[in-house]
Amino acid sequence: MNSFADRFATTGTAAELRRIKEYVADDEDVSDSMWGSEAGFGTMAHGAPDFMVPSVPDPAAFLRLHTDDHADPSCRIKIKHGTTTLAFRYKGGVIVAVDSRATAGSYVASGTVKKVIEINPYLLGTMAGGAADCQYWETYLGMQCRLHELRNHERISVAAASKYLSNLVYSYKGMGLSMGTMICGWDKTGPAIFYVDSDGTRLKGDLFSVGSGSTFAYGVLDQGYHWDLTDEEAQELGRRSIYAAGHRDAFSGNTINLYHVKEQGWQFIGNYDVSEMHYNGPTGTQGYGYSVRVEGRSSANPPV
Amino acid sequence: MDISFALTGKGYVIVAADTTAARSIVKMKSDEDKIKVLSPHLLMAFSGEPGDTVNFAEYVERNLRLYHIRHTYALRPASAASWIRRSLAESLRSRSPYAVNLLLGGYDTATHTPELYWVDYMGTLTSVPFGAHGYGSYFALSLLDRYHDPEANLEEGLATLRRCIDEVSKRLVVSPGKYKVKVVDKDGVREIEL
Repeated sequence: MNSFADRFATTGTAAELRRIKEYVADDEDVSDSMWGSEAGFGTMAHGAPDFMVPSVPDPAAFLRLHTDDHADPSCRIKIKHGTTTLAFRYKGGVIVAVDSRATAGSYVASGTVKKVIEINPYLLGTMAGGAADCQYWETYLGMQCRLHELRNHERISVAAASKYLSNLVYSYKGMGLSMGTMICGWDKTGPAIFYVDSDGTRLKGDLFSVGSGSTFAYGVLDQGYHWDLTDEEAQELGRRSIYAAGHRDAFSGNTINLYHVKEQGWQFIGNYDVSEMHYNGPTGTQGYGYSVRVEGRSSANPPV
Repeated sequence: MDISFALTGKGYVIVAADTTAARSIVKMKSDEDKIKVLSPHLLMAFSGEPGDTVNFAEYVERNLRLYHIRHTYALRPASAASWIRRSLAESLRSRSPYAVNLLLGGYDTATHTPELYWVDYMGTLTSVPFGAHGYGSYFALSLLDRYHDPEANLEEGLATLRRCIDEVSKRLVVSPGKYKVKVVDKDGVREIEL
C-alpha cells in the first residue's frame, strides 16, 4: 500500500525528478529520445511515456489552479470541453455518432473536430472531456493494440483494449486527466461497447451517451431504441439523437459524424450539418426540427 | 428538485408535476399537489425554493380570484400570464425575491385556443407548445422536440407525457415516484390518473 501511495504522491515525483536531473547533470527539458536517436518513438518500449512535471510541490494542484474554469472564469488555461457522443449496440453491429464542436469556456473553438478516433480498422474510440487527453491517449492505445497484434498474432478484443485504457487513466487518477470515452468495436464475441472515463470507471453496455449534451441525446435515443433496428433505422436514430443534443445543448453542435461498426470493421457513414438536418434532414425531404416538423399544425380548436 | 412538464394538444393543455416534497435528503411528503387551479380555465404548475412556491402560488390565486369577483369574469390566460410575470419581475428586484418557476396552462374560451406559458423566477415569459422545469427538462425537451404533436388528441398527448415520465425515471438518478396530472380544455379543469 505504501508503494502505491508513493506512486501517486506528487511531491515524491517532483523530488525524484530533481534528483535524476542532478544525477545526469542535464538541464534540457527534453529527453534524449526526442533527438532522433530513437526517432521520437523511444517512449514506446517503456510502456506509458512519462512527462516533465512543473517543479512545484503539487503539480496536480498547480494544474487545477490554472484550468478550473468553473471556479475561475479568468483562468489561464481553458481546456476544450463540451460534447455529445453516443454509441449503441444492436443486431446489425454498433452505431457511433458524435458532434464536432469544441468549446473553451463560452468560446466555440472549433466546429470541425473529429471526435471519433479510429484506433484501428476494428476499433473506434469517442472523445468527450479534454480533447487533447482523448486524442493523445486513444492514439497511444492504438499503438499498444498494434503491438498486441504483433506479439500475439491475434487482434486485441474490445474488452482488453478498453481495459488497457482504463488501467492507464487510472494510473493517472487525481492528476487532472479528463476523458469520457466509449471504446467500440467488433471482436470474436461480436459487437461490443465499453465506457471508460478518467475516474477509472469501465462499463460494458448496449447504449451509452457521454458529454454535456448526453441527456438530450438520451431523450431521443432511449425512446427510439430497440435491439432489432434495421441498419437504416439505427443510423437514423444515431443521427437524430446527436441532432437533438446539437439543437438543445449550447456546447454541442455544428456537424454530426456517423460511423457503423460491422463484422468486417468500421465504416464511416457520413458527416451531416446540424442546421441542414434541422431544416432539410439527411435526404433533403424532411427536416428534424420541431418547427419544421409541425409546420401548419395548430392546437386551436374552434367549434365547427 | 421538483420536475414539471406541460404540453399542448388539439384543444387542451396537459400539466404534470411530481408530488414529492423534499427537504435535504428526506422525502417529507409524497402526495403534494404542485399544480394550482387559478381560474375555471387556468392551471399553474410551480416549482423552486420551498416556501416561496406555495406562498407565491397562493398570492397569485387570490389576486386572480379578486379580479374575477370584481369584474365577474376571469382574466384570459395571456393576460393572467402577463400579470404573473410582472409580479415575478417586480419581486426579482425586491429585498427577498420569489424563486419560483412556473408552467401556465390555460384554455382561451374566446379564441378556442389552448395556451401554454413557460415562466421562470427571473420573469422570463414565453409561449411554448411544450415546456418543462427542473432536471426533467434535460431529458424531456429533446424528446418532445421529436414526439410532440400540436394536433394530438388527449390520449396521444398523455402517451407523450408518459414517454417523458418514463425517460426521467429511467435516466435521472433521483427520479420522483408519482406525478399529478391535470388537463384544461373547453370544459374547464380536471385531474387525470395516469
